Amino acid sequence: MRKYVLLRGFYSLVTLWLLVTIIFAMVRLTGDPVAMKGEIGADATYLERIKHDWGLDQPVYWQYTGFIGNLLKGDFGHSFEKSLPVRDIYFERLPNSLKLGFAAFVISLALGVPFGMLSALKVNTWWDNAGKMIALLGLSMPGFFVGLVLIIIFGVQLGWLPVLGKGSSAFVWSNPATWAPFWFRDWPHLAMPAFALGWYFSGAMLRITRSGMLDVLGSDYIKLVRLKGVPERMVVAKHALKNSLIPVLTFAGLNLLIMVNVAVVIEVIFNWPGVGQLLYDGLSNRDFPMVQGVVLMSGLMIVMLNFVIDVLYGYVDPRIRLSR
Amino acid sequence: MPPLLRVDDLRAYYFGFRGTRVVKAIDGVSFSLEAGETFGLVGESGCGKTSTCHAIVRLLPPSARIVSGRIELEGEDLLGKSQTEMRQIRGRRIATILQDPMASLDPLFSIYDQVAEPAYYHRAFRGRRLRQRVKELLSAVRIPSPERRMKDLPHQMSGGMRQRIVGAIALAGGPQVIIADEPTTNLDVTIQLQYLNLLKDLQRASGVALIFVTHNLGIVAKMCDKVGVMYAGKIVEMQSVRGLFYNPRHPYTRALLDSIPKLGTKDPLYVIPGQPPDLSRLPAGCSFQPRCQSAMERCRVEEPSEQHLDDAATTRCWLPLHEATTRG
Repeated sequence: MRKYVLLRGFYSLVTLWLLVTIIFAMVRLTGDPVAMKGEIGADATYLERIKHDWGLDQPVYWQYTGFIGNLLKGDFGHSFEKSLPVRDIYFERLPNSLKLGFAAFVISLALGVPFGMLSALKVNTWWDNAGKMIALLGLSMPGFFVGLVLIIIFGVQLGWLPVLGKGSSAFVWSNPATWAPFWFRDWPHLAMPAFALGWYFSGAMLRITRSGMLDVLGSDYIKLVRLKGVPERMVVAKHALKNSLIPVLTFAGLNLLIMVNVAVVIEVIFNWPGVGQLLYDGLSNRDFPMVQGVVLMSGLMIVMLNFVIDVLYGYVDPRIRLSR
Repeated sequence: MPPLLRVDDLRAYYFGFRGTRVVKAIDGVSFSLEAGETFGLVGESGCGKTSTCHAIVRLLPPSARIVSGRIELEGEDLLGKSQTEMRQIRGRRIATILQDPMASLDPLFSIYDQVAEPAYYHRAFRGRRLRQRVKELLSAVRIPSPERRMKDLPHQMSGGMRQRIVGAIALAGGPQVIIADEPTTNLDVTIQLQYLNLLKDLQRASGVALIFVTHNLGIVAKMCDKVGVMYAGKIVEMQSVRGLFYNPRHPYTRALLDSIPKLGTKDPLYVIPGQPPDLSRLPAGCSFQPRCQSAMERCRVEEPSEQHLDDAATTRCWLPLHEATTRG
């Protein structure tokens, strides 16, 4: 088992290294950040100084080794745009993204799981077709479209919900008094972006729940539970639900991380100050350290979650563990 | 007094492609079962054995429908019952053992949970009495140190043990009939005999009637009192085990007996020519007629009716009748 864990850990590190290297190269393809800074006809020596300050006058391999070296020390570099450590900016924004991500996650589960179960239980009936329809809409209507429709209806026409921003409550790491109230205030601000973000994922959740449930309902052990004369509602609520939720939860965990870290479009539309917006701003300003930092953090979370899942699977299923 | 279980001219069809394809999985099956008796149902794969088992407890898949016939348990009509009423019969009066022990236990619940369910729902056992009952059941199926093993999950047990647990589950509701659908097919040969002996012992102790489905004639000889040979959804021959082996009446039964490998002979093994028929496109006349060595003109035209023979045997074949007329 220890060998298995170490091996999975090594694979995770390789994945992260590849991610870091690719993002380092890709972000440099977007163009010269200094050109964004200087207006036309700006003083050449001034531009040279910026370039030097940002370390861009050094050869690329030197920039790369410096970047990796700093990462190993836990330093993500300084944002070009804000002249602050990327890590500080990221963690300041993270609670906002967590709030939005969790709300969207709850919405995607609340829509996806019950309708997915219903679809599977009433397979090939009117219910099932309605479920398929919802899943199709969820997957084919992009979040920004749903977001804009919501804004037009509830924000502009009806005027029920605020259109922009996250409200006045803020999460300040240094002030524990703000930690709890942050989660429970300004829900009207949260409603539309969370729905627009959760909507997109609910379709996928629905399909996964449906197929997981169908697999389980067709299994021999469910047949035997029915043959035992267990009431149908217990067959579903006890045996089928628990078994079909395993793949759903694995998938849901990854979805949550994606919603927290890369809700770029939704955060931009609703002007939600989360990490997705940081990524967007970073890209538009060619703020290399910012982009690298945000991508690396989300990559780190996803790789870590996958590692934990792999290890748990190894514990649960000896076949996975022993095949090495 | 009515027999414990009586199945009369049961027909159940599978409807595919919006009813354009009708598979006659059960096509006029009749038999009856007395308390404590073991009835064997033999036949090739896909001849309708398993469908018959599921039809009796009314748990056929949604694409299948019981078209006609009667199923009576102690004179009570089971086909007229609602699914809620059927639930009171499943597990409580008719229990089932499935084929694959590796797949028939829920991987996420302990052995205790799964064995306790029938006793909980049907016999209203609770608390310490329920625990005691599960322990007794596990000892009855010879699980060593049941107190400890009942906390285990299915994956911690071997195939043979799991099938014994399924046996304990079948006994838990105190049933009158146990339907065992090829219970030993997926077990090692050494474990098979052990399991069959266990079933026999349990039957002797509890007086439960068994419907034993198998394609292994050796097991039939060991386990059963009465045998029905199924072919293409029909029972083509039914008689006592002794009669079946010493005086088979239907050409299909004879062919089956001939295709058992025999020790000590170098003769090539007999193989029944042809394939079992497609149940959605049965041949005219007798379904076995295209593969039958003694098929006559009449067999290709007219489906044989059930012939009651002298020694309480029945067969669906024109041959005995033909022999009687030519002799007399």
